[in-house]
Amino acid sequence: MDLQTLRQIVGNENVLTQKEDLIVYSYDGTAAQDHQLPLAVVFARTTSEVSAIVKLCAAENLPLVTRGSGTGLSGGSMPPAGALVLCLTKMDQILEVDSRNLTLLCEAGAITQTVAARAEQAGLFYPPDPGSGKISTIGGNVAENSGGLRGLKYGVTRNYVMGMEVVLADGSVIWLGNKCVKDVAGYSMKDVFIGSEGTLGIITKVLLKLIPKPAARKTLLAVYDRMESAAETVSAIIAAQIIPCTLEFLDRVTIGCVEGYAKIGLPLDAEAILLMETDGHTAAVEEEAAAMEALARKNGARSVQVAQSVEESNKLAAARRTAFSALARVSPTTILEDATVPRSELAKMVRRIQEIAKQYDLKIGTFGHMGDGNLHPTFLTNEKNHVEMARVEKAMVEIFDYAVELGGTITGEHGVGIAKKPFLAKALGDGSIALFRSLKQSLDPKGILNPGKIFDAA
Amino acid sequence: MSSHLKDLDYSVLQQCMHCGMCLPTCPTYDATKLERHSPRGRIALMRSIADGQLEATEAFGDEMYYCLGCLACTTACPAGVDYAHLFEMARAECERSGKLKSVKRDVIRATLIKGFFMHPHWMRLLGRVIWLYEVTGVQWLIRTLKLTKLVPQRYQDLEAQTPEVKAKFSNQLIAPIETPKTTKYRVGLLTGCVQDLFYSDINRDTVDVLLAHGCEVFTPPVQYCCGSLHGHNGELDAAAELARKQLDMFDVFKLDAIITNAGGCGSHLKHYDRLLEHDPVYAERAKIWSHKMKDIHEWLVEIGLRAPKGQQPAQIVTYHESCHLAHGQQITQQPRAMLRSIPGLKLVELPESNWCCGSAGVYNITQPDMSAQLLARKMQHIAGTQSPIVATANPGCFLQLVNGARKYGITIQVVAPISLLARAFRHESCN
Repeated sequence: MDLQTLRQIVGNENVLTQKEDLIVYSYDGTAAQDHQLPLAVVFARTTSEVSAIVKLCAAENLPLVTRGSGTGLSGGSMPPAGALVLCLTKMDQILEVDSRNLTLLCEAGAITQTVAARAEQAGLFYPPDPGSGKISTIGGNVAENSGGLRGLKYGVTRNYVMGMEVVLADGSVIWLGNKCVKDVAGYSMKDVFIGSEGTLGIITKVLLKLIPKPAARKTLLAVYDRMESAAETVSAIIAAQIIPCTLEFLDRVTIGCVEGYAKIGLPLDAEAILLMETDGHTAAVEEEAAAMEALARKNGARSVQVAQSVEESNKLAAARRTAFSALARVSPTTILEDATVPRSELAKMVRRIQEIAKQYDLKIGTFGHMGDGNLHPTFLTNEKNHVEMARVEKAMVEIFDYAVELGGTITGEHGVGIAKKPFLAKALGDGSIALFRSLKQSLDPKGILNPGKIFDAA
Repeated sequence: MSSHLKDLDYSVLQQCMHCGMCLPTCPTYDATKLERHSPRGRIALMRSIADGQLEATEAFGDEMYYCLGCLACTTACPAGVDYAHLFEMARAECERSGKLKSVKRDVIRATLIKGFFMHPHWMRLLGRVIWLYEVTGVQWLIRTLKLTKLVPQRYQDLEAQTPEVKAKFSNQLIAPIETPKTTKYRVGLLTGCVQDLFYSDINRDTVDVLLAHGCEVFTPPVQYCCGSLHGHNGELDAAAELARKQLDMFDVFKLDAIITNAGGCGSHLKHYDRLLEHDPVYAERAKIWSHKMKDIHEWLVEIGLRAPKGQQPAQIVTYHESCHLAHGQQITQQPRAMLRSIPGLKLVELPESNWCCGSAGVYNITQPDMSAQLLARKMQHIAGTQSPIVATANPGCFLQLVNGARKYGITIQVVAPISLLARAFRHESCN
C-alpha cells in the first residue's frame, strides 16, 4: 500500500500506523473474538477524500473496512489482518434540519444522540434509540439497520432513512432517495445499502425522516409469576389495539442480577417483569395507561405500578435501564445475543433458553423487547475458560436453531458481521446467500469492501 | 522481569467489553476523537501488554500520562471496570519500564514525589518559604519589576499560579482533641498536605461543622500526605509506606469514622485495603480503615445532616464536582443536599458539573495544553451560571478554579461547601 499517497489525500495527522494505534482499531463492541491488526487507520473529513481513498484501495486491491465509533456487536467493523480501516468519526456535522419537510441531513459520523437532540431542539423526534446511541454514529446505525427500545411502535433505523450519499466500490459518488414521502422512480437502492454492513458501499451522508414529538408519556411496571402471563398481557394489549412505545421484559436471572447490583426492591421470586410505556396525546395516554393496567391485572400480574410523575417513571424504568450493566458485572466475559422470534412465540423462546442454560450448565440472563419479539439472551461467562466456552457455543447453536424453528431470526438488531456468519446459511437457505453473492459481485467486483463479513466469498 | 500488568488479576482487564460507552465521557477522547486517547483504547493497550503482544513503550507511557485519571469512565461503564486500579498499575508499569526517564523528569520526581510529599515537616517548611515570598513583598517586587520575564514562558505561567499560603497551618487552628457539648460520635480528621498549607481554614470549618453534629474530633497535629499522588504516579511502594503512616496516626478500632474533606484524597484513602492487602502487619487494620473512611459530605448525610437555623443571608451558589468525589467515590447528591440545607442559599446547577476542570493532581503542570483547554471550558460554564460563588470540595479543583477566574477575569468566589455550612452555623449563633 502506498501510504504516502494516502497521506497526501488526508494529511499526515489523519493516517495512523503506530502499533499502539493499530491495536485500538482492531476491535469493536463484540465479545470473544480474535483481533487482528490493520495496516493503517485513516480519517476522512469529506466525501471526496473517501472517494479518493476507495479509488486507491481499488487500484491496489486492498481490503477496506469502514467504521464509526466501533460499538457494533457482531464484529462488522473489525478489520481482517492488513486491511485499511477508514474511520468516519471526523465527518460528524449535522448539515440541515428542515422543519417544513420534517427531515434532517447529516454526515455519516454524526453521533446518534446528537441527531436526536438536534431534532428535539426543533420540536421534533428521531425515534431509533440503539443502546449505544450516546456514541454510535448514524452511518453505523444505517449500515447495521440498528433497532432499539421503540421498535414496536416506531420501527427501526430503516424506517427513518429517506436518502443517502454513497461512495461505491470504484470511488464514484451517488445520491439515493430524496425528501419526497412518495418516490417510486426505479429500484429503491437506498434499501439495499441499509443493513449492508459496509460490504456494498460507504455511506457518507444520510437524510433522515423526523416525526412530531409525542406530547405525553406514561410508564407502568408489572410483576409476574409466570413468563407466559407477561406474554399474554402483551398479546392482550395489542389485541385491544393499543401500541405502546415500550414493552420491555426481564427474566428471573436478570431480575436477580439487577437487584443484586442496583438494590431497587425487585421481587427475587418473580419470573418476569414487564416495563410498559405509552406516549402520544395527553388524553389518549391516560386512557391507554388505564387500559394497560387493567389488562396486566386481568392476565395474571402479581402487581402493577403506574408512575404519577417523571421521577417515578425514571424509578420504574431503572430496572430495565440497569439490566445490561447488572448482567455485565457478573462475569469477565459478557456475550449479548439478539435472537428474535415473532412476538406470539416469545414466552416459548424464553422458556427454551432457560432449559438450554440448565442443560449446558451456563448462566444466561434474558431481557429484551417483548413488543417486537427481540430477545437478548446474555451469556455470563469467561472466554479464558475454554471448557465453558465450548458449551456456550453449543448452547448458542441450539438457541438460534430454535429461534429459526419458531419462524424467527438469528439477529434482530446487531447484524451478522463475523459473529453470526456461521449461522446464516442455515437460517436463510442457500438461495439467499447466492443472491447476496451476486449482488456483492455486481457492486463490489474486486471484493475490497469489508470482505469476509455477513458471508464468505464463493 | 515481572510486570504490574502481567501480574494483575486478568479478569480486571477482561471486565472491559469494549462497548464504547466510556468514549463520550472521556475528556481526552472528546478533544481528539482518537481511540488511543479513550479509556477503552487505554485498556486495550494494557491488555496487549498483559498478553505479551506489546511492550511498555514510550508511546504507551505518554498515553498513560495523557489520561487525566478523572474516572468519568467508571461512572459511564456498564460493566463496572475498575479503571482506577488499572490506571495505577499501568503507570507503575511505565515507571518500571523506565521508558519515560529523563534527567529533568527524574529530578522533579525525586524532589517532589519522593521528597517533599513524603515528609510533612519539609512540606510545611516549603509552605513557610512560599508564604514569606508572598507576604514580605518579594513576590510583589518580582512581579512589579517583571523579573519573571527572565525565565521561560512556562515558568512565568507557573509563577502566576502560585497559590496563597495560609498564615496558620491546620495544627495552629485545630486542637488535637476537640469535644462538642454532647458527644455522639468520635471521628478522626485528615488535614491533608496541600490542603494544610493552602486551605487550613477549610479544615477548621470542617471541625466546626463536625462539632455542630455532635462529633468529637481527633486531629493529629503532624500528618503525612495520603499517598494519592504517589499511587497515581506509579510509585506504589511509596504510596504503601504513606498508607502505613496514616494507619499509625489513628486508632481505627476506637473511632466511628475517619474523615477527609478532599475528594482526590478520599478516592485513594478508601482503597488502603487493596494497597496493603499483602502486608502482614497492616492488612487487617487497612480493611477497617477503608470501611470507616468517609468523605465529610457522605458522613454528614449518613449521620443526619442538621440544617442551620434562623435568618441567613441570601446567596446564589453553583457547584463544581471534584472528579474523585463524583466518579471516584460516587458522591454526587450529598454535597448538593448540604448546600440546599442552608437557608437562603439558592443552588444553580452548573452545566457539565462533573466534567474535569483540568487540575487532575499535577496534570496542570505535566500537560498544560489539555489542562488549559479543560479550564477554559469549565470557566465558560461557570461564567454562564452568573453565580457569584462556586463551591468545590477538592484542593486541586480549588486552585485550578481560582487560577481560571484570574486568567479569564471572572469575578467569582471559590469556596468549599463545608465552609458555606460552617459560616451558616456561625451566623446562626450570632442571631
